[in-house]
Amino acid sequence: MDQALFYAAAALAVVGALVVIGQKNPIYSAFALIVTLCSLSVIFGLLGSPFIAALQVIVYAGAIMVLFLFVLMLLNVKREEDVPGHGGRAMAGVAVVLVALLAGQAGYVLWNTTLAPAPAFDASTRRMSEILFSPHFLYVFEATSILILAALVGAVALAKKDA
Amino acid sequence: MNPGPTLSALSPAAQELILAAVKVALIIPALQGVFSLMTWIERRVLAFMQFRLGPNRTGPFGLLQPIADGIKLFFKEELMPAAANKWAFLAAPVLAVTTSFLAVAVLPFGPPFKLPQTLWVLDRFWPDWLRGRDFQFQIATIDVGLLFIFAITALGVYGVVLAGWAANNKFSMLGALRSSAQMFSYEIALGLSFVGVIMISGSFQIGDIVAAQAGGFWNWYCIKQFPAFIVYFIAAAAEVARTPFDLPEGETELVAGFHTEYSSMRFALIQMAEYINMITVSVLATNLFLGGWHSGIPGVPSEGLLGFVFWGGKVAFLLFVFIWLRGTLPRFRYDQLMHFGWKTLIPVAAVWIMITATGVTLWGW
Repeated sequence: MDQALFYAAAALAVVGALVVIGQKNPIYSAFALIVTLCSLSVIFGLLGSPFIAALQVIVYAGAIMVLFLFVLMLLNVKREEDVPGHGGRAMAGVAVVLVALLAGQAGYVLWNTTLAPAPAFDASTRRMSEILFSPHFLYVFEATSILILAALVGAVALAKKDA
Repeated sequence: MNPGPTLSALSPAAQELILAAVKVALIIPALQGVFSLMTWIERRVLAFMQFRLGPNRTGPFGLLQPIADGIKLFFKEELMPAAANKWAFLAAPVLAVTTSFLAVAVLPFGPPFKLPQTLWVLDRFWPDWLRGRDFQFQIATIDVGLLFIFAITALGVYGVVLAGWAANNKFSMLGALRSSAQMFSYEIALGLSFVGVIMISGSFQIGDIVAAQAGGFWNWYCIKQFPAFIVYFIAAAAEVARTPFDLPEGETELVAGFHTEYSSMRFALIQMAEYINMITVSVLATNLFLGGWHSGIPGVPSEGLLGFVFWGGKVAFLLFVFIWLRGTLPRFRYDQLMHFGWKTLIPVAAVWIMITATGVTLWGW
C-alpha cells in the first residue's frame, strides 16, 4: 500500500517537473510545479512526518506558488516568446552533454548503493521541535529566522520606495 | 451471531478502511444535504430580515425549493466561452469542490461514542468487530489535523484563480485576482489565530483541542482566547467571502466575479464549494473555540446524543450568524479590506500570540 503510494507520488512528481520545463505556457508550468510540490508532500507524509508534509503544502504550494500565479496573471503572460540569438545548436549540444553527465552520476550512485528500507525514526511534530530547539540547532534556526525577517523588511522597504 | 468466517477475520487495517469508507459515505451526502438546506435557510432568513417572505411556494414552508433549484440548474445549458481555456475551465469547479471536501476529512463531527453491542432484530448482520467499538464521525485522525486544514484551504485558492483565468473574461480575471488577494491576505490572520489555541492546548489534533476545553464554559477558548476568536471569525468570514467581505462577487463592479462565465451544474459546483467552506469554518470554530460537544455547564453531561445536540446547536448558531451578518452589514471597499487585513487583523493576532506565549511560559495558562 505504502509502496504503491510512494511510486505513484514519485512518478507524479517527476512528470510534473518535466511539464514545468517542457512546455511554453507559464501558467501551465506553475500548475505543474504545484502538482510536483504536492506529490513531494505525499512522500514526506509516507516517511512518517505529517508536519513537514503539511508545511510543504502550506509554504510552497499554498503561499509561494499563489504569488507566482498572481504575478503571471497580473502581467497576463501568454506564451514564452522565443528568445533569439542564443546559439540554439550549441546550447543543445551543451544540454546533451549535461544530461549524459547527470544520467551517468545517477547510474553510478544507484549502482553503488544497496537499497535498504529507511531506518525507522521518529519524525513527529514534538520530536521535530525538540530537535530544532535543541542547543545543537537553536542558533542556526534563529539565525535563519533573522535572515528571513531581514529579507521581509527589505522587501517592504524596496516596495515602499515608489509609493 | 457470527456473520461468517470471512467478515470476522478482517485485519485491523481492513476494518479501519471499511469504517473510513462508511464515514465518507455518511458525511459527504449529509454535508450536501446541509448545503441545499442552507441555500433555503439563507434566502428565508434574509427575507425575514428585510420584511419579505422569501421562497415559500414549493412544498411546506418552501422546503422543497432547493430541489426545484437543483432541477432548474440541471436543465440549464452548459456554456463555455469560445475563447476559454477548455481544460482549465472544466477543472476549476472540480478543484474547488475537491479542496472544500478534503478539508472536511479531519474535522470531528460530534463527540466520540461507542457503537451498540447489539442491533436486536438485525443482530445477525452486525459483525463482532463493530460491537462496542469506539467511534467518532471523523474520517481521518491525523497528528497535524489543524495544519492539514490550513494546507487544504491554501490550495482552495487555486480553484478560484483557475476559474477566473480560464474563462478569458476581464470581469472573471479581475474577480479572481481580487478573490485570491483577499484569500491569501486573510489566510495569514486565520493561521495566526490558531497559534494561541495550539500553544495552550499543546496539540494540533482537533480532538485533543476539544478535550482540553472540558469543564465549564470558562474553559472554552472563545473566552480564554477571546482576541484570537474574534480574529478567527473575521478572517474566516473573509476567507469564505461572506458579507461584509464578499468583494469577489461585488456584482455592481464585477458582474459575478470569478464565476461570471459558469452556468448550470458547474455553477452549482462552485456554489456548493463555497457553502461547504462556510460549514467547514463554522465546524472548526465550534471545535476550536466554542468547546466542541461540551455542554459548558458543570453537571450537564455532554456524552452521546446530548453531545451531538450541543455540537450541532453551536454549528447551526454560527451558520446563522453568517447569514445574519449578510443581512446586516454593507460591503467593504477594496482598499479598506486590504488595510484592515494587513494593518489591523494581523498585528492584533501577532501581539496576542506574544501575550499567550508569555502566559504559557510564565503563568502556565
